[in-house]
Amino acid sequence: MGQLEIDMAEIKIVRRAWRAGLRIIGVPLLAIILSVLFSEPGRAAEPTTDQPGAECLACHGDKSMSTTRAGKTVSLYVDGKKFATSVHGSFGCTGCHADLEGKDLPHDTPLAPVKCGTCHASEQEQHARSLHGKAIARGDPLAPHCVNCHGNHDIYPVKDPRSAVTPMKVPFVCGQCHREGTPVSRNRTIAQDNILENYSESIHGEALLKKGLSVAPTCATCHTPHLILPHTDPASSINRRNIAATCTKCHSQIETVHRKIIRGALWEKQANVLPACVDCHQPHKIRNVFYTQGMADADCLHCHADEKLRRARDGQSMYVNLGEVSHSRHTKVACSQCHSEVNASRVRPCETLTRGVDCTSCHEEVGRQYISSTHGQLNGKNDPNAPTCKECHGTHAVLGKLDPQSPSFPTNVPGLCARCHREGQKAAVRYTGRQHEIIANYTESIHGNGLLKAGLTVTATCTSCHTAHRVLPRTDPESTVNPANVPAMCGRCHHGIEEQFENSIHAKRISGSAKELPVCNDCHTAHAIRRTDEDGFRLEIMDKCGRCHAEIAKTYFDTYHGKVSRLGYTKTAKCYDCHGAHDVLAVTDPRSHLSRANVAATCQKCHAGATRRFAGYLTHATHHDPQKYPFLFYTFWGMTALLLGTCVIGGLHTLLWLPRAFQMRQELRAAEEKAAAELGKSVDKEDPDG
Amino acid sequence: MAKADALESPSGRRARMPNGGVKERQFIRFTRLQRILHICMIVSFMSLALTGLTLKFSYTKWAAVLSHLLGGFESAGYIHRSAAVVMFGVFFTHLVDLYQLKKREYGSWRALLLGPSSMLPTRRDFAEFVATLKWFVGQGERPAYGRWTYWEKFDYFAVFWGIAVIGSTGLTLWFPVFFTRFLPGRFLNVATIIHSDEALLATGFIFTVHFFNTHLRPEKFPMDITVFTGRMPLEELERDKPKEYEALVASGKLEERMEEAYPAIVTRTIRAFAWGALAVGFSIVLWIIYAMLFAYR
Repeated sequence: MGQLEIDMAEIKIVRRAWRAGLRIIGVPLLAIILSVLFSEPGRAAEPTTDQPGAECLACHGDKSMSTTRAGKTVSLYVDGKKFATSVHGSFGCTGCHADLEGKDLPHDTPLAPVKCGTCHASEQEQHARSLHGKAIARGDPLAPHCVNCHGNHDIYPVKDPRSAVTPMKVPFVCGQCHREGTPVSRNRTIAQDNILENYSESIHGEALLKKGLSVAPTCATCHTPHLILPHTDPASSINRRNIAATCTKCHSQIETVHRKIIRGALWEKQANVLPACVDCHQPHKIRNVFYTQGMADADCLHCHADEKLRRARDGQSMYVNLGEVSHSRHTKVACSQCHSEVNASRVRPCETLTRGVDCTSCHEEVGRQYISSTHGQLNGKNDPNAPTCKECHGTHAVLGKLDPQSPSFPTNVPGLCARCHREGQKAAVRYTGRQHEIIANYTESIHGNGLLKAGLTVTATCTSCHTAHRVLPRTDPESTVNPANVPAMCGRCHHGIEEQFENSIHAKRISGSAKELPVCNDCHTAHAIRRTDEDGFRLEIMDKCGRCHAEIAKTYFDTYHGKVSRLGYTKTAKCYDCHGAHDVLAVTDPRSHLSRANVAATCQKCHAGATRRFAGYLTHATHHDPQKYPFLFYTFWGMTALLLGTCVIGGLHTLLWLPRAFQMRQELRAAEEKAAAELGKSVDKEDPDG
Repeated sequence: MAKADALESPSGRRARMPNGGVKERQFIRFTRLQRILHICMIVSFMSLALTGLTLKFSYTKWAAVLSHLLGGFESAGYIHRSAAVVMFGVFFTHLVDLYQLKKREYGSWRALLLGPSSMLPTRRDFAEFVATLKWFVGQGERPAYGRWTYWEKFDYFAVFWGIAVIGSTGLTLWFPVFFTRFLPGRFLNVATIIHSDEALLATGFIFTVHFFNTHLRPEKFPMDITVFTGRMPLEELERDKPKEYEALVASGKLEERMEEAYPAIVTRTIRAFAWGALAVGFSIVLWIIYAMLFAYR
């Protein structure tokens, strides 16, 4: 608020003397007397009678005549010669200052404001309706009056080079207020910035200011001189409905040029449905790129073609390889279009640079996406790890994503993201989620194999799922990898699957469940996606389904299918072989693969000749549930009792036997030894004979 | 008595051949066919147990290893079913053999089934069982067993029971589509439980109680291989089956049941095979214990 007050005070001072004079309560007589006394007697004494207002100039012709307003000295001098040659010269002073008619001189102050509208009624009326006029009516101290633009005593015809509003001067007249740093630009809401600067660099501005083409459009050409209205006002010359008409005042045959882009017939009839001129040719920035580019590049390369050029600050090479640029996507973009703050009038045009390249001035939509992404948000916090455009796209050698050399070409994307997201790299280190070995897993996945081994450029790569510029964590509802968005995201390629899935019991719409429902990656994983006909997938699916269907998965392992699966074989039926994969439905649903009508056919996929009765086999039976499966429960425990009973009786019988058996063994051994001893004796006796 | 002396080998069971003397003669307990059937039974039973238990204990790492070792679950399945066919073959061959035995030696089923060599349990078996228990606890002498002891008869009929229970349920699981034409589908669940638990009973019983009772009793340690050679030393018959021995001596038919013993190389081979079977059996028992007690879920 304080700043505003100071600004207003400032403005008051700059205002032309006459207007402030009208406001002033009293003109000190002393000042007038002094000015008369010290003025050249001859000049005061020689009022030319053929000059209108000679009487007034007797005083106001003195260059030193001034007054003090708000502590500052303000000249009250009127250049009689200029006034005499001005458009109003023949009217005399009282032609405008009507309240001095017949008054004695020196006159009382202040004078009544001059009413230009007395003669210029239509202009006055337009001005009153304009932004400026309404601001005056509100008492806005910054609002311009006629005199602020046109001057007072030195008004010349518009085509006269001396006129304040001759086309060459218009940008500066408007620029008095509409330029960076002025009270108006700081304190009033104006959608555009750097208006004067941009205009002066635009094709219009260059034509007017550099080439002196006085027919080149100025501010007033588009905004009109007096009826200046905001672009939101339907009556405004720069409203979307009217902008075409405004531009075609000069570009009258523009439809024929734009046939490729816009159907000419619709040009003015349905301007609202077409892009307005300013949608492509931004206001104030309109450029003729083909003309300025070579010039500007040459200026830059004057220094930057030197391979030894180094930045004084840090010794970084400032060499620009023109070959890189000319083979890049930006081959037709001039240096200054990216390094937009250069000033061609300087010896070193780049000394005015204050910031790096802002790609969003052309890539606006991409820029918006980037800003909302995790990368962009980190960059907004000046995080040193945050990647900016150039980290992925490079600088001068930027290539389109269709160029195999480009880091954003599909087969190069995993490697590009891996720079930060590979395990141990800066992004992977700060990541706290559940995904690990992202790059390694992707490379081995079906997508990674398709892209990197088979070279299928249509295969999903990092950006296919995460988007290129709007990368967000899965917890963000806006993220493409948020569970709510995953089916649609995968469905961009796997459309048929998505359709099935959206009609399955796992789709929120069908189940109406408040529980968290699985989406693609819950079964297929995010990065390690495998072929579904591979053993790994078929063996893991039970655990995947079992994460939610714990009980039913457990009982599956009590039956033949499950037991064989557990041994590591894929041939027996897995969950989805019976229930369906993406089209899984409640078994009560008539469309389910397991409904009364379909179940036999489902079994027949493996068991040729299976009947409805065959399908009565309980694939999830357990003998641990006496309520649900009493016959299994009692069979099991009956068999177990038989087993235990037999083994206990047999075991006891054996244990009781053991002591006797050992006893028998000892007796037997003793008998044997005795027999052997006897035999030995007999052999000894027999031997000598033999 | 002199006759018996002549028959007895000089050094009991572990007879060394006398230098250049007559070969040892042993009592024939089993026919060639019976011995072959027992070997077939061992092979098929071990195969069935190993392949079947991989499924029953699929939750152990062991089972997965074994299943892969056997060439995968399908290969294991083929082995299991082939072994089952062999088992059925053994069973029916034995029935045919019984029929011929009846024709050849007994003349009537009655003579075969109710004679002293009958496999059917008799009142005497019960008496012997009671007497045996008394002997165990030191309340009496060891009973004078006949040709078949009660525990041998129990083992024999366990096979009948097993073939009937495991075989029939196994067939339904082998041909589920056929059997569910007239049986409800859930019968397959019941059949699975019966098949696998009865099989567990069979393996558990054979590899512990039968092994001990018949082959590993301390007095016969390390092993009784009579069922493989078909022969047993006469003094062993006299000691183990006194009633049979006496009956044979009394009837004078002992001599015609005597044969020459096998050479050492044959018995060594048989012992090696038997040790292998024992090792497999004990491994299975250990695995079952581990699976039931430590890995069960």
